[in-house]
Amino acid sequence: MAYALQGRTGSWEVVVGLEVHAQVVSESKLFSGAATAFGAEPNTQVSFVDAAFPGMLPVINRACVEQAVRTGLGLNAAINKVSRFDRKNYFYADLPAGYQISQYEHPIVGKGEIEIECADGSTKMVGVTRLHLEQDAGKSLHDQHPTKSFIDLNRAGVALMEIVSEPDIRSPDEAGAYLRKLRSILRYLGTCDGNMEEGSMRADVNVSVRKPGEAGYRTRCEVKNVNSVRFAMHAVEAEALRQIEVWESGAEVQQETRLFDSNRGVTRAMRSKEDAHDYRYFPDPDLLPLVLDQAWIDDLRVHLPELPDAKKARFMRDYGLSAYDAGVLVAEQTSALFYETVAKGRDPKVVANWVTGDFFAILNKLGRTFENPPINAAELGAILDLIKDGTINGKIAKSVFEEMVGRAMAPINVSLTENLSPSDSFSIRIDPLTIVDEMGYRQLTDTGVIDATVDKIIAANQDKVAEFRSGKDKLFGFFVGQVMKATQGKANPALVNETLKRRLT
Amino acid sequence: MSSATELTDLTIVQGRDGLRAKAFTAVDLTLAHLHAIEALNPRLNAYLSVGHAQAMEQARAADAALAQGDMRPLLGIPLAIKDLFCTTGVRTTEGSKILMPFVPPYESTVTANLLRDGAVFLGKTNMDEFAMGSSNMTSYYGPVENPWKRRQDATAVLVPGGSSGGSAAAVAARLAMGGTGTDTGGSIRQPASFCGLVGVKPTYGRCSRWGVVAFASSLDHPGPFARTVRDCAILLGSMAGHDPKDSTSADVPVPDYEAACERPIKGLRIGVPREYRADGMPGEIEALWQRGVAWLRDAGAEIVDVSLPHTKYGLATYYIIAPAEASSNLARYDGVRFGLREDGEDLRDLYERTRAAGFGAEVRRRIMIGTYVLSAGYYDAYYLRAQKVRALIMRDFTEAFAKVDALLTPTAPSAAFAQGEKMDDPITMYLNDLFTVPADLAGVPAMSVPGGLDADGLPLGLQIIARPFDEATMFAVAAALERAAGFVALPTLRAGG
Repeated sequence: MAYALQGRTGSWEVVVGLEVHAQVVSESKLFSGAATAFGAEPNTQVSFVDAAFPGMLPVINRACVEQAVRTGLGLNAAINKVSRFDRKNYFYADLPAGYQISQYEHPIVGKGEIEIECADGSTKMVGVTRLHLEQDAGKSLHDQHPTKSFIDLNRAGVALMEIVSEPDIRSPDEAGAYLRKLRSILRYLGTCDGNMEEGSMRADVNVSVRKPGEAGYRTRCEVKNVNSVRFAMHAVEAEALRQIEVWESGAEVQQETRLFDSNRGVTRAMRSKEDAHDYRYFPDPDLLPLVLDQAWIDDLRVHLPELPDAKKARFMRDYGLSAYDAGVLVAEQTSALFYETVAKGRDPKVVANWVTGDFFAILNKLGRTFENPPINAAELGAILDLIKDGTINGKIAKSVFEEMVGRAMAPINVSLTENLSPSDSFSIRIDPLTIVDEMGYRQLTDTGVIDATVDKIIAANQDKVAEFRSGKDKLFGFFVGQVMKATQGKANPALVNETLKRRLT
Repeated sequence: MSSATELTDLTIVQGRDGLRAKAFTAVDLTLAHLHAIEALNPRLNAYLSVGHAQAMEQARAADAALAQGDMRPLLGIPLAIKDLFCTTGVRTTEGSKILMPFVPPYESTVTANLLRDGAVFLGKTNMDEFAMGSSNMTSYYGPVENPWKRRQDATAVLVPGGSSGGSAAAVAARLAMGGTGTDTGGSIRQPASFCGLVGVKPTYGRCSRWGVVAFASSLDHPGPFARTVRDCAILLGSMAGHDPKDSTSADVPVPDYEAACERPIKGLRIGVPREYRADGMPGEIEALWQRGVAWLRDAGAEIVDVSLPHTKYGLATYYIIAPAEASSNLARYDGVRFGLREDGEDLRDLYERTRAAGFGAEVRRRIMIGTYVLSAGYYDAYYLRAQKVRALIMRDFTEAFAKVDALLTPTAPSAAFAQGEKMDDPITMYLNDLFTVPADLAGVPAMSVPGGLDADGLPLGLQIIARPFDEATMFAVAAALERAAGFVALPTLRAGG
């Protein structure tokens, strides 16, 4: 069922295109040797080029070009062997040269596509129009002084990739799926850390609405600088609802740039088309056209990592996983790696259930990620091995898992840590078998004990036995529960079933 | 030791040989020039700043090196540096008020190359503001007087040409043995012609633009001035070379230009482009051109009539592209980080006040033109069209150079004019660049050599244009012209004159 919004005049379709600014992972800036690390003291990572001193000239950073090409390859996009840098001219205090060097007419990467997975499990291709390289601006700080603005140029000149989608997105859910998938690909490639909170990935959301079946697009508005996936999804809906109201009131939507107010959940006007800058784009005469060698591109292609789509297909094929489980596991390289480490030599479906179930749950609860899990892949594997060899049953295994996590997270004896700074972290590794023994969790497989327990339960519940025998099959579960309870959950479930069946019939 | 006057009259070659022969010291040579500057610069206004202490220190270092047998090509040679080359710790103004408090913390590649080869820097020279002008009249720091005088009217103050007018006047008046300039539309060749000097605009990409304050990036060519072809060859040999810091710098080997000056031109084919016969061009310039043709023919060159059909569009094309680039390049002078600042009510007010106070009328005019031609709705009709015409102008040269090895033309359509003349209308002033602009647009090397004097006794230059990166052939032709012309006239105002 296609997503639609209901207005007074009927239902409306939402049309969305996204422009994502992704900060390139690189040691130095796009056209200078200054460092790019996040969080440095203001104006400590600024070269004379970044500050646009007289006579300074830009020189393209090969590493940034490589990252852009790798990203293009990751998006199955056409790599343009000749691209060009243009100047986008406007005055602002944090734009030292009075122009931003960007790629306007001839971007480095052309058409590509991204497959997104929707909430209902279906997939859809979203076209990528282009990817181009450009410089970031500096930062204006307006809250440091009553009458002055402060300028921090650390970010000025840092390389950005602007990745523009086709208007193929039709719902907030698809917008979210697109952003998550793009972020996943960028992280796999290591070309952008995808950290929206730090601003290293930002989205401009272009929204328009139309009646179902209507040809062509209506006027769109651009919601600028949305800094989380959730906000992007909210912004799509809020802006679409606003536009529907405008159309239904008999007015026309005006093309404009808007901002999303995440506190109030609405968009508000920033500037209209009439106020738009005339950027006076022209080719930057300080830079020659960027010409790429096919052999170099081919070499980058060969060395790309396995990307989410390919990994997902492989997980489904080699491990027999469902599309959903495979999709969840490959969203991050770290989760996929964790899964594969545990799955090696074990039942891949059992492992998938554990990782996507209990393990994801505990990470969420603890606010951790697969980069710093409370217990590692080998430890989780050891628990699963204890199920396999019959030492514990599946239910007890969850208790063992919780106990291991609890111990790993417990504060460590002060005498051990006094020489450590607060940033040091480690945990004491615990063998699950030790816990099993300490807690007396070993599975009960002694048929004598199980027989005796079953007999005791039958003797104590003669009325229920009669009901069962007269055809009330459901009561079988009651007997199993009683036996398990009597054995503190440790009885081997298969043996319990078998014994009960034998004695009750 | 030679007398001070004799020292300032020496060519670079003579200076170099004298220093190596211990006929005089680098300190002698530098002091002679510093004294000449002291005597004449208050009148000429060729130098905006003179670095006595630094020059003497460099001269003493040169003497110490000479004593060790150091053979660097410019060791101890005193030079004048146009004030748009950034020089570490030395005020650099661009002839503008807007950069008044600017002292660069870096050295341009071209001046660093000259220092590497042992040169002594006497000071920074006057120029049209941001190199925009053909008379040196747009300098915020006042005009420069051309040391040459009209025979009939010695009181008229003539312009040295521009924009590198300060360096040209300094070298002509013997206040330096050589100098640096930049040529965007003719800013080396036209002042060289007006001041009786040799001036070279090398191939685009030959000399790094790093550390050279930009006017129009795709047209700015650093190059040398000197009083002889061979001196210019030595200077260019030092200034040129690939620079990874300038993306437009060419990774092409630099040949021995000094040796190229000795090359015979017998058998070379010299093109005479018919489109350079401008309407209203003084007869004596036409006559000089014909003499030049005859000299080269006599030296064994074959003269070929060629056509550069798009020449007539050169000026119009230049006056779109150069202002377009300038309007963007000069956006950085905003009062925020360096140079002049005029505080305002808000950011926009600060920009407006700073730029209104800091830029002169000609610079403001070109920023306006450049902003206009890049504007939405006008870009295609102006900037894009101009780029297409520029490609046609380049093709003209490519086609001509399929037939000939070099071209011979006049350098400028007139001799030096007086301060105040041609000032009523900017277009009249722009016409000065008629013959020089095409080589800038095409990026091909071109130079001016003194060919003779006009009826007023003012120098006139001949221009040689060569294939890209074939400055060697250009120097060979220039040297042949120089030998034939036997130009020995001296400017009225000169050291010891």
